[in-house]
Amino acid sequence: MQAQVRTTVALAIASLAILATTGAQAQTKAEVMHWWTSGGESAAVQELAGAFNKSGGQWVDTAVAGGEAARAAAINRIVGGNPPTAAMFNTSQQYLDIIKEGMLNDIDAVAAKEKWDTMLPAPVINSIKVNGHYYAAPVNIHMPSWFWYSKPAFAKAGITSEPKTADELFAALDKLKAAGLVPLALGGQGWQEYITFYSWVAQVGGTDLYMKFFKDHDAAVVNTPAFRKVLTDFKRLKSYTDAGSPGRNWNDATSMLITGKAGVQIMGDWAKGEFNNAKQVAGKDFGCFPGFGPKSPYIIAGDVFVFPRTKDANAIKAQQMLATSMTSPTTQVAFNNKKGSIPIRTDVDASQMDMCAQTGLAIMKDKTRQIAVPDMLLAPDVGGAVQDIISKYWNTAQSVDDVVKALQSAIKG
Amino acid sequence: MATHSPPSPRRGKRQNWAVNFALMPMAVTVLLCYLGTVLWSIVVSMTSSKTFPNTNFVGLTQYEKLFTTDRWWLSLHNMALFGVIFVVACLVLGFFLAVFIDQKVRGEGIFRTIFLYPYAMSFVATGLVWQWMLNPGLGLQEAVRQLGFPNFEFDWIISQDKVMYAIALAAVWQSAGLVMALLLAGLRGVDEEIWKAARIDGIPVWRVYMSIVVPMIAPSIATATVLLSLGVIKVFDVVVSMTGGGPGIASEVPAKFIMDYLFNRANIGLASAASVVLLLTVLALLLPWLYAKNRMEKNNSKGH
Repeated sequence: MQAQVRTTVALAIASLAILATTGAQAQTKAEVMHWWTSGGESAAVQELAGAFNKSGGQWVDTAVAGGEAARAAAINRIVGGNPPTAAMFNTSQQYLDIIKEGMLNDIDAVAAKEKWDTMLPAPVINSIKVNGHYYAAPVNIHMPSWFWYSKPAFAKAGITSEPKTADELFAALDKLKAAGLVPLALGGQGWQEYITFYSWVAQVGGTDLYMKFFKDHDAAVVNTPAFRKVLTDFKRLKSYTDAGSPGRNWNDATSMLITGKAGVQIMGDWAKGEFNNAKQVAGKDFGCFPGFGPKSPYIIAGDVFVFPRTKDANAIKAQQMLATSMTSPTTQVAFNNKKGSIPIRTDVDASQMDMCAQTGLAIMKDKTRQIAVPDMLLAPDVGGAVQDIISKYWNTAQSVDDVVKALQSAIKG
Repeated sequence: MATHSPPSPRRGKRQNWAVNFALMPMAVTVLLCYLGTVLWSIVVSMTSSKTFPNTNFVGLTQYEKLFTTDRWWLSLHNMALFGVIFVVACLVLGFFLAVFIDQKVRGEGIFRTIFLYPYAMSFVATGLVWQWMLNPGLGLQEAVRQLGFPNFEFDWIISQDKVMYAIALAAVWQSAGLVMALLLAGLRGVDEEIWKAARIDGIPVWRVYMSIVVPMIAPSIATATVLLSLGVIKVFDVVVSMTGGGPGIASEVPAKFIMDYLFNRANIGLASAASVVLLLTVLALLLPWLYAKNRMEKNNSKGH
């Protein structure tokens, strides 16, 4: 009898203790703003939420459809004094002004503990570390300019091997054209044309040329023979697109590869989501290569979360917990497999990843191949102006001389 | 009691004061929300503001930058082209639709509903539907080709030179019904006696319309023109949903330029400068019209 009472008391105390801890957990609530609303994206964000909840937090999801709308909403709430605990941005200069205004908390403590200085790729560090402080937690690395190709289309056109140079690519495109296929599937929207352009600058012009233009804002480099060749070759690609290209969405272009109607697409690794949805397997139904040859530059882009300034100790704790759980190795693999990107760290278990992601992760170990996406190097308005110029050049009969002049004046800012 | 006696002059003044007082919130709203924001935009347009407005004055630098940007010139050019096509086509088409309905046709209600129906749809929906119809691979062109005309071409929406006409086509389809409704109301206000007199004199119908009816419904036409012109300045959603500004930057318009630089490209200064230029454009169009109207009203009142 007495033993029974004792057990009851012990149970009561135990449940009280559990209640007390859950009470404490409910306090480390984190409201997270992001724009991951598509099927694959929300599956991916569930991995981040699950990891945070498992570490003892409570994830409150605020999804806003569309990157521009979500970023505008986040900035408005930060300025308005009612910020979310964390907000998503692209790994870029989008949040530089908010940092300068002193509106973000740094997460140096997490960065020091996790050794971000040595663990993260340099382009990512350059984007999130401002004046010696870390202001954002990176969650993935997207490479925006993979070359995807349809294996059945290549077989039909009699192409036996992956193009290893620009000339081989042009030869392959000619063969695809001769076989009656659409050689290059392109969605003719400004941002897709821009991806094609900077891929070409990196792959054909080389890392030096790319950095001189996008990082050093060197107007003189635009008028060099090498850059002019990039411009003419880039324009040459247009003759391999179909008439329906203007205005087409990127995923519609990918489905042209899936159905074998088109041969090649230059697009980010998010295209894998489309192949996966169509139950296609990398290496069997479609191929991927990140550039020409074994030393080709690997362009790094991605998403980060920033942590708006607050003095609330609980919120700061939640922010640090978020940064830690988002970047942990297991979360990174689970999240990035669903997102189509690759982890921000190379000390992860690659066996769970597909062929293209494994290729990407292997390249991440070679620091000399990594270059930053133009968004990290240019202010948003300068990048936008360059994109407009490229889009006009692609779609009209503008001369190379005119483009050179326009680019020279735009890049100076 | 004095409550039923006519108000004394003094009482009248006090009432006036009360009315003014009641209108105060309205006046404050107008001053702060409309004029205030306009002034704010003008101030910001002279600063180097990026993501946030700041007070670092740079004079007219943003305007200089704006007018050296190809896309801005193209936007203005597109707006002018679209404006002329849209306003003229809507007025002409709307007028003929109104005249058609005014012939006492059978099933007038049905026709009126059909003509006005597009206006009930949002520009975004209109744009999407027309985008599909004009898409060379899916819509009209493909349909006609499959009917046995393999060389039929209707690819305005992907053509640099014709894309603005394609957008104007969709916009006219949407707004002509509104003009019809406005002008029909005007036509209904024309006295039956005038028609009888004209018939007795043997004046041809078209002549009656041109020389008598159109001048009589001039106020309705003016209203329609003002409404349509405002639509031209604001044109944004139909472009975004039909072409996204493409192909290339061929169908960019000022409103889209401003939105892009405000939100996506984090350059509030340049966006404000563009808005101010747009406001000046509106004033440049509106002021002569207001002046003429004012002169006309003064002359009319002198005549009486």
